Amino acid sequence: MPHFTGTDLVCFRGERTVFTGLDFALGAGDALVLRGPNGSGKSSLLRLMAGLSRPLAGAVTWDDESIADNPEAHNLRMHYIGHADPVKPVLTVTENLDFWTLLRSKANDELRQPNGVGEAIKSALARLGIGHLADVPGRFLSAGQKRRVNLARILAAPATLWLLDEPHTALDQAALRSLDDAIAEHRRGGGMVVISSHAQAAPEDADAIDLGQFQERL
Amino acid sequence: MFHRFANPTRFLRFAAVVQPWIAGLTVLLISAGLYFGLFDSPADYQQGATVRIMYVHVPSAWMALFCYTSLAIACGVALIWKHPLADLAAKATAPIGAGFTFLALVTGSLWGKPMWGAWWVWDARLTSMLVLLFLYLGYMALNNAFDDPARGAKSSSILALVGFVNVPIIKFSVNWWNTLHQPASVVKMGGPSIHASMLTPLLLMGVGFTTYYLWVMLIRIRYEVTNNKIRALQRRQAATGESQI
Amino acid sequence: MRGFIQIVRRDLHLALRQGMDSLMVVAFFVIAVVLFPFGVGPEPNTLARIAPGVIWVAALLSSMLSLERLFQTDFEDGSLELLALQPVALEITVMAKVSVHWLTTGLPLIIAAPLLAVLMNLPIEGFVPLIIALSLGTPALSLIGAIGAALILGSRRGGILLSLLVLPLYIPVLIFGVSAVDAVIGGFSAKPQLLILSGILVAALPLCPWAGAAAVRQGIE
Repeated sequence: MPHFTGTDLVCFRGERTVFTGLDFALGAGDALVLRGPNGSGKSSLLRLMAGLSRPLAGAVTWDDESIADNPEAHNLRMHYIGHADPVKPVLTVTENLDFWTLLRSKANDELRQPNGVGEAIKSALARLGIGHLADVPGRFLSAGQKRRVNLARILAAPATLWLLDEPHTALDQAALRSLDDAIAEHRRGGGMVVISSHAQAAPEDADAIDLGQFQERL
Repeated sequence: MFHRFANPTRFLRFAAVVQPWIAGLTVLLISAGLYFGLFDSPADYQQGATVRIMYVHVPSAWMALFCYTSLAIACGVALIWKHPLADLAAKATAPIGAGFTFLALVTGSLWGKPMWGAWWVWDARLTSMLVLLFLYLGYMALNNAFDDPARGAKSSSILALVGFVNVPIIKFSVNWWNTLHQPASVVKMGGPSIHASMLTPLLLMGVGFTTYYLWVMLIRIRYEVTNNKIRALQRRQAATGESQI
Repeated sequence: MRGFIQIVRRDLHLALRQGMDSLMVVAFFVIAVVLFPFGVGPEPNTLARIAPGVIWVAALLSSMLSLERLFQTDFEDGSLELLALQPVALEITVMAKVSVHWLTTGLPLIIAAPLLAVLMNLPIEGFVPLIIALSLGTPALSLIGAIGAALILGSRRGGILLSLLVLPLYIPVLIFGVSAVDAVIGGFSAKPQLLILSGILVAALPLCPWAGAAAVRQGIE
């Protein structure tokens, strides 16, 4: 059983201590919701989990091995969605997704099949209801459509751990439903999800961390 | 609680004790150096009293390189061990080093006028000094180019190390270029064939400049520490909305 | 290696779709060189005398101008942090981006150089060493410049700052690049200069992606 944990994390950003003494633990199929007011460090915690930044103290570990020891292995098992949706305006939706999926195709049997990547992208787009946009260049997409393309990216190449920073932004009702379905299915397959959100739209049975509790006492 | 800008109290206490001694030593060494240099050393039989510029020029050039080396070491320590004082030391060193480099260039130019008949000659040493000045300026500009000082410190540390690796390559290439374009007509500045009566003031000035560097660095680090405290207070004020100053 | 090829393919694809960039670099190169006859007069011997230096300096500036975009667009739209989170070492990613920078700026400069050498009245025996020296020197410029381009990510004044950081580091390449051409025109062998240029390139190949990756890492932190 894989487990993903953080112990006694201290995060220092932009000249201040964002949170201190924070712990979390996730096992297969678990979901964790990060709540808290602006500036309480939801994004910062997700970036620590992704390995984009290092905690000032404490450790983030996967199966008791620090993620900093083998960043490439961590990158392979993890998908991250940040604030921006990296969709290149001059490439079509399929071309955009092709690139990100091909980078991860080596480790996946299904993607390694002839045309495996193409099929995976097609079905990911269909699940998010944007199959019709496959050949549209990125520059014609709305904010919500770009977000859906970004979500299709993580559906196309399977990975155990999803780190989603405000994934609900800009999505309409239909897209929110397909996102919830995708998360539920991911968890049924043993995947883990960490979501930051101030909206209520989060899995009901998820654990929650209120980052407001871990502020530095002034 | 562990805090990155925790008061380096021990350092401040140490600095407060050491600083007056270093200041006294600096004044003593530089006065002695100037006395021996200006009054108690022979004038050069070719250059006359002009040679006395050497007592400022040569130690400045030493210090320019010494400071860049210290800068690179401090940046290495800051990047590897993340020691907050190393960041402050690096930031404090750069303007001092740039000042010495500038002084070396100005005195070199002053010395060059009577010797070569021109304020500026593309002599290999002076040219290398000029490039070094650009390296210092680049470091300082990058250090100041970010809203988050920690970000500026890290970026400029990497730059200082890259620059440090490049200094010998630049020095070598400038020497190469210089010998191609100016076949050995340039008078050597300093050099090993120097009389003992000239060596005394030169060494005194060299050591005096080093203690001066330590003195100013201490002042600048103490200033940075205070500055960080003020920033911390302002941040707290922004967070709580009440003034604590 | 697969990751390297994927990133090169994608960046080349982007460069071709966005077009213009390479052409602009070459256009700047040509215009910068063409300014010199206006500055120093059209006397053929004078031009021939300064030709290697002028062509090299202009090549160096053109290569530098396009550096700012090396990581900037990917940084702004979030692609860069995503690239750092792929199962590809960041050093490889930086190397791939440097390769594309050279293919889209260095290579066109080398192709345009003989034309400018004709305009500047460069003696005919200088052509071959100019091309060889540019072929060895421009990749080194792209490699060194990548460190600067990564260091300025997110800074307040990108472009001008970049030139201050990078130009001093370009001096050795400039000196040996020009010296190689001058040597052959003066009737000597350019072998030592070209060997040193190769040495700089060989040293830069592993070191610059490594330092560049470190700079990118703290840029997206």
